[in-house]
Amino acid sequence: MAAPDPFETVELTDLDRAMLSGDHGEAAAVAMRILVAMAGVYGADRLLDIEGAHIDGCLYHGDSGVDFAELLVAGGARVRVPTTLNVGGLDLLHPEEFAGTAERRVKALRLMECYEAMGCRTIWTCAPYQTTPRPAFGQQIAWAESNAIVFANSVLGARTHRYGDFIDICAAITGRAPAVGFHLAENRRGQVVFDLRSLPHALRAAPWLLPAIGYLVGERCANRVPVLLGLEDADEDGLKALGAAAASAGAVALFHAVGSTPEAPTLEAALGGRDAEEWIEVAAADLRAGLRRLSTVRDAAAPDGVAGSLRIDVVALGSPHFSPREFAELLPIIERHPPAESVEFVVCTNRVSLAHLERGGDLERLRGHGVRVVVDTCVVVAPILRTPSGGVLMTNSGKFAHYAPGNVGFDVVFGSLSECVQSAHAGRLRRDPALWP
Amino acid sequence: MNDGELRGGVLVAGSGAGPVLRLEEPLSFWGGVDPATGRIIDRRHPRCGASVSGRVLVLPYGRGSSSSSSVLLEAVRVGTAPAAIVLRELDGILALGAAVARELYERSPAVVLLAPADWSAVREGAEASVDVSGCLRIAG
Repeated sequence: MAAPDPFETVELTDLDRAMLSGDHGEAAAVAMRILVAMAGVYGADRLLDIEGAHIDGCLYHGDSGVDFAELLVAGGARVRVPTTLNVGGLDLLHPEEFAGTAERRVKALRLMECYEAMGCRTIWTCAPYQTTPRPAFGQQIAWAESNAIVFANSVLGARTHRYGDFIDICAAITGRAPAVGFHLAENRRGQVVFDLRSLPHALRAAPWLLPAIGYLVGERCANRVPVLLGLEDADEDGLKALGAAAASAGAVALFHAVGSTPEAPTLEAALGGRDAEEWIEVAAADLRAGLRRLSTVRDAAAPDGVAGSLRIDVVALGSPHFSPREFAELLPIIERHPPAESVEFVVCTNRVSLAHLERGGDLERLRGHGVRVVVDTCVVVAPILRTPSGGVLMTNSGKFAHYAPGNVGFDVVFGSLSECVQSAHAGRLRRDPALWP
Repeated sequence: MNDGELRGGVLVAGSGAGPVLRLEEPLSFWGGVDPATGRIIDRRHPRCGASVSGRVLVLPYGRGSSSSSSVLLEAVRVGTAPAAIVLRELDGILALGAAVARELYERSPAVVLLAPADWSAVREGAEASVDVSGCLRIAG
């Protein structure tokens, strides 16, 4: 069947039509055409106003992204709502960290400058929710970057659909988004319950629990809305790690943690007064299986006592970008167990965390121990690592564990923060048997 | 309608023809397809190594990263994109990459949505074509 023409069926305001016809410049017309076309794809009957946007399209993937941004800039694009930028392809503060070709550097920089020219805030982070003023509960926004989407929806209770590169800037330029998906209250109720309450207490306190649960949830629930029971004590960085892993393994854009997140004061509220579509009792064996899939080295999830024989080449932390609290946890462990010279140790973060580190003198201490702190970008999206691919990378991030093999060609070992640091110190995989089921 | 014709819903109108590459598992284009070659590079995907270039790509839906739209757009620019994309479930992010390609380069793969029973009937390797009305024709 031929689709109904969205330019006929989607309800448009006078301002929407004025933008479409070019009264607000050619860029606004392009942006509105794409929005209306996408409203048609989603089956939306109208657009709604948004109060903020977060842009993922500023990361260089090839010349087409630059072509699109230059088209918008040439058409006079300016964002109409406060708009923040996700990571770019370069660390602008530490250009020496870039290990790619000169041509790629120029193009990645050109793309970042285009988005800056449109009036976006140059915070260059995948954790905008830990840097700039946060969206309020119930606020309509248009965010891209899968981990930021899930955090904004779940932990803040703001409302965004799961947006991709390009529609994010179209929404920012027009201040509009299709009225679909998680913008609408009826689509935000939980569907699948993951009951963690029968897990042994020691496991529920394990430092890797939240990313491991997130990975399991992403795999099992695809694009449905999960409800987690038994996470009343989770802190913000834990929920951030959970969401990032869930959005990597699946298409999760919203979760509810009963007793922790704002739309889930009770199970009944999280489910919107309906019955769960599926109820999953999470057992220790499920977690163990999830942990095995997070690592690509065969026996890496099997604790083998104090010192393993597996060589670790790289430790990468900070996906999503490390917060000041995460640095405060890292520092004392690094001071006790500084990385071996053979191991490349990189932490990705944003300028807000970096300024915090500098003020306290902690940045110099970390660097003194051989730790590289990278801002504005990240090791799985840009050529930052100096170690040739083909080695073993260890991380406490479910998102790094998911993407590092395909994007930068490393085998991956997933572990707790403390295990990552101690492994870097030894140059070999070290497990803390007390942490493992 | 002939036996070899399936009617799909148009997400992004276009026409294209080529042999069917059928994926039973969803695929994230970002981290999953190299736009320089059109090959699947996700090591956890069962069809890793296959090329999507010039194929009628039949897959249930995309997954994972919101940058998949960028990778599809880049594949269109380079000339390694599929000839058409045939989905079983609505995928806004792949449709977005195609819609932007149409805006920017005035060409893109057609993106159509088939009913699950029809989607399941499309065989790997068959010669197929998609027209602007969302009609999928399979030869033989």
